[in-house]
Amino acid sequence: MSIFINKDTRLLVQGITGRDGSFHSKQMMAYGTQVVAGVTPGKGGQRFEEKVPVFNTVAEAVATAKPNTTVIYVPAALAASAVFEAADAGIPLIICITEGLPVLDLTKVMPYVRERGLRLIGPNCPGLISPGQSKVGIIPGNICTPGRIGVVSRSGTLTYEIIHQLTGNGFGQSSCVGIGGDPIIGTNFIDCLQAFERDPATDAIVMIGEIGGTDEQQAAEFVKAKVKKPVVGFIAGQTAPPGRRMGHAGAIISGASGTAADKMKALSDSGISVMKRPADVVPLLKERM
Amino acid sequence: MNLHEYQARDILRQHGIPMPEGAVAATPAEVKAIARQLGGTVVIKAQVHAGGRGKAGGVKLAKNPAEAEQLASKILGMQIKGLTVEKVLVVPAADIASESYVGFIVDRATQRPVLMVSAAGGVDIEEVASLTPEKIHRLAVDPRYGLLPHQAQGLAFHLYQDVAQVRQAADLMQKLYEVVYAVGASLAEINPLVTTPDGKVQALDAKIVVDDNELGRHPDIAALRDASSEAPSEVQAREAGLTFIKLDGSVGCCVNGAGLAMATMDLVKYYGGEPANFLDIGGSSNPQKVVNALKIITADPNVKAILFNIFGGITRCDDVANGIVQATSAFPLTVPMVIRLTGTNEKEAMEILTKAGYSAGTDMDDAVKAAVAQAKGRAA
Repeated sequence: MSIFINKDTRLLVQGITGRDGSFHSKQMMAYGTQVVAGVTPGKGGQRFEEKVPVFNTVAEAVATAKPNTTVIYVPAALAASAVFEAADAGIPLIICITEGLPVLDLTKVMPYVRERGLRLIGPNCPGLISPGQSKVGIIPGNICTPGRIGVVSRSGTLTYEIIHQLTGNGFGQSSCVGIGGDPIIGTNFIDCLQAFERDPATDAIVMIGEIGGTDEQQAAEFVKAKVKKPVVGFIAGQTAPPGRRMGHAGAIISGASGTAADKMKALSDSGISVMKRPADVVPLLKERM
Repeated sequence: MNLHEYQARDILRQHGIPMPEGAVAATPAEVKAIARQLGGTVVIKAQVHAGGRGKAGGVKLAKNPAEAEQLASKILGMQIKGLTVEKVLVVPAADIASESYVGFIVDRATQRPVLMVSAAGGVDIEEVASLTPEKIHRLAVDPRYGLLPHQAQGLAFHLYQDVAQVRQAADLMQKLYEVVYAVGASLAEINPLVTTPDGKVQALDAKIVVDDNELGRHPDIAALRDASSEAPSEVQAREAGLTFIKLDGSVGCCVNGAGLAMATMDLVKYYGGEPANFLDIGGSSNPQKVVNALKIITADPNVKAILFNIFGGITRCDDVANGIVQATSAFPLTVPMVIRLTGTNEKEAMEILTKAGYSAGTDMDDAVKAAVAQAKGRAA
């Protein structure tokens, strides 16, 4: 088992013939992900890598290839429109890798996705992987190994760093989910914590947060009330100056809220073991399991 | 991107929000001319991206054009929180009957634009929010329908009893909502929103922060950027496609990915050092990006050691290694460098670096410890 994606995931790639889309589609196929269709307007009828049918619209792809998940690699200016199109076609799981979407676009995208009962992961995220089963997005498959730790993170390369520590020390992963670094995202920590808590293949959870917003504090409350599995947490940005956007659009300390110190305290008050540095993940997990 | 007050004023006026006359000036002579045209007492306001302008002496009242010129000569060129005042806004001194606050933010929790109003205006709204949160009234707007008239009126009744003023304020709130989507603002606020002795509702000061991700589709707004209010190294980095924030420490950091870049800075601190910067070279790094990154880092005289921390995913370690070799042959380093590389094309990268006479490791903690020690070794 795993969360959100597994060996039965049938993936559509929006922007499959683009620079990033084609590169990562090949990587996903090599990993064993079932890529069943692609969409690039104007390239309908072609085959990607002589194998995957390409359609002009998501609706056509859905009617023919029956995907249950879609991943979006289109440029930022078109990405919100791509999410609307996927939602209109009723694809239950939509993963938006694209970075740089205006946050006001998300204020319109989110109600559209929600009222259709669909899930968006991202935008501005590395996607997710259930090692040994399926990979959707850009997380390098070779650093992961199947196992029983669930990983959820707002970051990309920092997540790889922590997965690398886990894999190197004998802790495989059930699923690793990058939820994205933007202020408005489709799937948050609580959604993932809840899914991992219910997943019989997950024994413990690693959550990687950062400065900005109060998602981690709310997640901590949720862990305290609803999560019985051990949780280990990390917060990036302890040395970040206030008022500056630290690369991720959502990583900014405004006023007194959103600081790393605040978040680390909230986590530890809720019984989450808090890492001081990425390398602490292994000793803390050993302590808790 | 922050807009200056005078730029925000122009946008609000274009959208029909009532504001007093006024103009921006860069010289004392211009200030004098504007003061003469406006007549009566004027306020001269420094245009810098810093709070507390008044306390710093950047806002002054002048009774006549001559005094305006003389005060402007003091304000123009002065430093406020490290920023030089290049321009001042000149507006008539308003006769004020009451001061309120009206503002929109894009709220993470509700995932909507939230309108906030408070009768406690003219002061720092974050202070009001933390000390007397009950004085702030909020409404999450459904962007599919926009701010509806009755919603705006409902909030305006928290500010005024007089129904004529309520209607003026509600109309102004709807116009401010239009501004948010028109310019791609993540924050748009009027503080204070005032009433004049004859009962008119007017915006006296305006602040707009534009979402950086909107600048691509709003070139007119992007053109308002004032590069003089940023550190030159940050301007240079932005033009090179890098995310860079200058800090005060001695360990120059070059990392791929924002989260890892923050975690690297934190680890520098953990091992007793101080990071000199935040620098994210981004995902698909080509060697040129690394060259530009090294140029910016080495230009900082505080940097006593350089730390590379690369976890290859989309970023290929060999690209980074090639960048390091290119950069250091073009301009030899005068400070020690510690390199950590792992992930995609790690082996190729190690070969490139070894050939060029550099050593590199694969462990993040080891690299950070070494860089901190090197930085201290030189300082001592």
